[in-house]
Amino acid sequence: MTVHNLYLFDRNGVCLHYSEWHRKKQAGIPKEEEYKLMYGMLFSIRSFVSKMSPLDMKDGFLAFQTSRYKLHYYETPTGIKVVMNTDLGVGPIRDVLHHIYSALYVELVVKNPLCPLGQTVQSELFRSRLDSYIRSLPFFSARAG
Amino acid sequence: MGYNIGVRLIEDFLARSNVGRCHDFRETADVIAKVAFKMYLGITPSITNWSPAGDEFSLILENNPLVDFVELPDNHSSLIYSNLLCGVLRGALEMVQMAVEAKFVQDTLKGDGVTEIRMRFIRRIEDNLPAGEE
Repeated sequence: MTVHNLYLFDRNGVCLHYSEWHRKKQAGIPKEEEYKLMYGMLFSIRSFVSKMSPLDMKDGFLAFQTSRYKLHYYETPTGIKVVMNTDLGVGPIRDVLHHIYSALYVELVVKNPLCPLGQTVQSELFRSRLDSYIRSLPFFSARAG
Repeated sequence: MGYNIGVRLIEDFLARSNVGRCHDFRETADVIAKVAFKMYLGITPSITNWSPAGDEFSLILENNPLVDFVELPDNHSSLIYSNLLCGVLRGALEMVQMAVEAKFVQDTLKGDGVTEIRMRFIRRIEDNLPAGEE
């Protein structure tokens, strides 16, 4: 099992943070374009899911998977979106994504008055804590492909 | 004043309380009074005076911790000392797609029996795709 990459978006579609671990193939477009594409897809799938839902929607869209990878999605009521791509062996990881939001983003960015909101996170502490948290996850493995 | 506090505080609130999205304004009022005020100020205001349309209510604070040991000097008797709270409420709710208006109606510092904040729901803020994307 492995973690491929992680995106953090705010409610306006700004990519606050991006990092990758085992990503063997790039999208072949500039990163900015990739973020826009990803956000646009999430935005559409979100509204699609809520329109088509035959029942009252609760948490909405959680994850999708292809034959090769699985995309996990977590959104807060304030519109912060945490997106993580993993391989197919990883089960529901809502608690992991919630932890990234509550213990890392809120603690190290929102509560840091030197970090302006709505821009790419510059905090080195946030980056390094996030990196070590991801590396410590049970399904993070350097050898997986 | 207080708006920027609210904008950041709501993230902390969501991270700690695990409260989901509210279905109506009454639920919002309950969460504000029973969870948020309790968490940050240690008090639980009561909710009263609902307007018939259900879009306005009052938060009654029996005792306001912000005004402990405070009295208004004579030359500033009209100062709304705790107006910060209104900004916090407005900023926090705006981040969860609710535009509200908050204002002080009664204030113990001005000789009223209780402190009353009037909240009015204005509209829901819809999410829009950022400009320049199809």
